[in-house]
Amino acid sequence: MPAALEFQDVSKHYPGARSPAVDGLSLRVEPGETCILVGPSGSGKTTAMRMVNRMVEMTSGDILIDGRSVNEGDPAELRRHIGYVIQHVGLFPHRTVLQNIGTVPQLLGWPRERIDARARELVGLVGLDPDLSQRYPGQLSGGQRQRVGVARALAADPPLMLMDEPFGALDPITRDHLQTEFQRLQERVSTTIVFVTHDIDEAIRLGDRIAILRDGRLVQEATPAELLVHPADAFVEEFVGADRALKRLSLLRAADAELEPAVAADGTGGATLRDTTPLDDALAALLQDADGRLTVVDGDGHALGVLTLDAVHAKLRVQDQAVSPG
Amino acid sequence: MMLAQVEIRDRSSASCVADNGFCPDWIAHHLDRYWDPLGQHVYLTVVSVGLGFAIASALALLAHRWRRLITPIVNVTGILYTIPSAAAFFLLLPLTGRGKDTAVIALTSYTLLILFRNMIDGLDSVPDEARDAGRGMGLTQRQLLWRVEIPLALPAILAGLRVAMTTTVGLAALAFFAGAGGLGQQINSDLAFKSNVVVASVLCVLLAAVLDGAILVVQRLLTPWSRVA
Repeated sequence: MPAALEFQDVSKHYPGARSPAVDGLSLRVEPGETCILVGPSGSGKTTAMRMVNRMVEMTSGDILIDGRSVNEGDPAELRRHIGYVIQHVGLFPHRTVLQNIGTVPQLLGWPRERIDARARELVGLVGLDPDLSQRYPGQLSGGQRQRVGVARALAADPPLMLMDEPFGALDPITRDHLQTEFQRLQERVSTTIVFVTHDIDEAIRLGDRIAILRDGRLVQEATPAELLVHPADAFVEEFVGADRALKRLSLLRAADAELEPAVAADGTGGATLRDTTPLDDALAALLQDADGRLTVVDGDGHALGVLTLDAVHAKLRVQDQAVSPG
Repeated sequence: MMLAQVEIRDRSSASCVADNGFCPDWIAHHLDRYWDPLGQHVYLTVVSVGLGFAIASALALLAHRWRRLITPIVNVTGILYTIPSAAAFFLLLPLTGRGKDTAVIALTSYTLLILFRNMIDGLDSVPDEARDAGRGMGLTQRQLLWRVEIPLALPAILAGLRVAMTTTVGLAALAFFAGAGGLGQQINSDLAFKSNVVVASVLCVLLAAVLDGAILVVQRLLTPWSRVA
């Protein structure tokens, strides 16, 4: 069962620091939601995340998981029920892939066969080659290590998972690949996720909700679409980027636009696009196309209609009005 | 005992022996007189390194917890290490008397610096992110130490153990200054006779090699992961 998470006026003041690292953060993450904490370095996003499993102790306020304060009880016990993934993964070099994945179940005292079965199941879930199961982390690529890191965090089926820039140290191609797989994983695993990144594109792509932090304060909390349409202030607008219109298109599919009737039912007679193509990619294809008209087809090749530049533009305008400020 | 040492060879038996040469025949017939000194040598080495390992481990665990202890411990064990070994055996005589105990005390004190430093280096070599991930998954401080930090420090710890072991085999050859026997006493009993010196020395070297190899085997068994990266 995914957990609800609530920050209640949480602050962290490091001794000797002039200003608090996190300043009066209040935020609610609904069960099963992926909440992205995003902001420039020094914004307090990692500190905020690490206070959830008490890797950093808060100075004031409270954090509740399913209504229960994290400050009740033993931190080690708390952490065994919260998944934890960090940028540099932190796999144990002296343990095999399966042993690494089995770390938390072992701490929880599961029987050996159950740990092994669960670890093997997770190897498949995160898309890792089963042949790598008995390898040591030193024998894996960066992307493979990060998959093991995610599998390890999921091992005991935690109701809540914390991820600190998990894809930050990977090359762009591997990162893109793992982001896609992460989206698939989100559908199959019902875990509440707090995900820290400084990459707004990653936040828009992976988040159900995005919380933008600056100097330890929450600047805006919204869905990706809301954030792109209605940035709360100049800082968010700049952070989101001048290309935010394009980013909004990336959240939409070609079939979402108002299509003109198709000329030929099978999509013949001109270039075609899959209905699931993100609208930003569709726009790029339209700009390349001599006529500026592309037939949108479904998985079976049936034409759904014709996409035009005007339709893309109109879709954005309609969305402007549809999305209310969060 | 001294009389027995003087009669170590029978000078009338062969000219080779009379010439203090290297005599395979003599060696083949007199090997048995080296077993006891070899046994004493093994005892001195293994007991000293074992004690040193225990003491260095305790010091390393303390210093791992309280980092400020590292410098004073390195300084003190460093001073112990720099005392000339022959002098150490003599200096201890008035305190602990002649015998094995005196030799073991001196030899043990020589191992501390090497063992301690390698233990601390090994613990320091544990990647921070492995530590962070371990803590973040709910390992207690003690579990982190025994399940993550010490296993990862093993290559460095065992490397230190190998150096300490070989060094101690060498130093134990001087333990006769403290009256603790060993192969050194055997060498010293007839320094002029090549056969005697060669046999005792070769046994010393073989002992060092065997002990070194044994630790190497243990290291390979305990740290299969360290050879794959």
